[in-house]
Amino acid sequence: MTDTVLTDPGPTPDTHTPATHVGETHPGTAAGVGPPAHAPGPPVIPAFSIVPVRGLPIVAAVLIGLIVAIATNSLWALDFFHVGGGGLWTSIDLFLGFIVGPILGSMSVQSRIEFTTRFMPKMLLIMPTLVAMTLGAGFQLARHLGNLDATYPHHGWLVASYVIVAVMAVIALGLLEPANLAVLFELKKPRPNGERIGRLMKVFIYTAGITGAMQIATIVIMTFLASR
Amino acid sequence: MTTAQETMPPGVGPDEADLRQRNFPPVARLGALTLALTVAGGVLMAANYGKAPSLSAPIALAAAAGAVLIVNVILLSRVKEFAWTPFFRVLGWTLLAYFVIAGILEFVFVFDHTPAHELALFSVLLFLFATDVPLILAFSVARWQVPEVLTPSP
Repeated sequence: MTDTVLTDPGPTPDTHTPATHVGETHPGTAAGVGPPAHAPGPPVIPAFSIVPVRGLPIVAAVLIGLIVAIATNSLWALDFFHVGGGGLWTSIDLFLGFIVGPILGSMSVQSRIEFTTRFMPKMLLIMPTLVAMTLGAGFQLARHLGNLDATYPHHGWLVASYVIVAVMAVIALGLLEPANLAVLFELKKPRPNGERIGRLMKVFIYTAGITGAMQIATIVIMTFLASR
Repeated sequence: MTTAQETMPPGVGPDEADLRQRNFPPVARLGALTLALTVAGGVLMAANYGKAPSLSAPIALAAAAGAVLIVNVILLSRVKEFAWTPFFRVLGWTLLAYFVIAGILEFVFVFDHTPAHELALFSVLLFLFATDVPLILAFSVARWQVPEVLTPSP
């Protein structure tokens, strides 16, 4: 799983002035009289929710749909959840890792913080849901079609896809998601530590290449298997 | 040249959080190791699905993962100065989320009439997965929070 990049976050706000929050009135900000909006100063952290509660019913609906698809063994529904979920998972990963990430890295610290506080909480719901959709429906689909059997002619390709997913899972759940969550909690503090956020987010750069290559390999394997 | 020590305000601050890291056991690394062992066991099981394979290797991997997880929990429980309140808050919600995900996968295996021995092993691996990931997430958040013993009294 790839996420956004927020390295080099600039000055550490907690060493000088407490960060301000959107919705509060401060002299020197757009709501008050003072320095212009582009005056240098500590980044402003917008108010945000770590888990977007409004998204939970959508997640629940998707998971219920997944369970129904598995329980009914509907080929169309399993295909929908597996191909739809997998396509979105792969596309989001590659798009974020190779398109949005580098663009974000070249933006101002303030812009990156605003993007991250709006974007990362949504990713906390979207990515685990897509992964559950893809893997749950994929396993059932493969079993339904007889692809899971060791006698399946292209079983080796399938095992290769398991290994790829396993490596991605360890990277995503063992490195990326903990860093993502730690960054969000750090940004929730009255005085976030910019240096710490930068250190935590570096993990995304180190792993973006690995997960990108894994996702491309997944596309190769899945399109190969689907065309047999 | 200004050092971090010079610019930090006195008292409990982010530098305290950074300094504390040296005293913490390697919970995140051990958690990642548990996850890798668990996932490797799952891959071995899935690769041999449908035939009657030897379960020795997946059982060994599951046992190793379980042992590392127990050691990890023991090491963490011995930490005195830690932000236990945010730790348990994150742990509780993530346990709920990951047990839902693990429950869906368990449902698939039960629904497919997976043989008893394989189902039992899959269940153990799913339990390890659903317990280990929340532990990593909760520790990753709480390690940077101010521990209760260091929180200044009002």
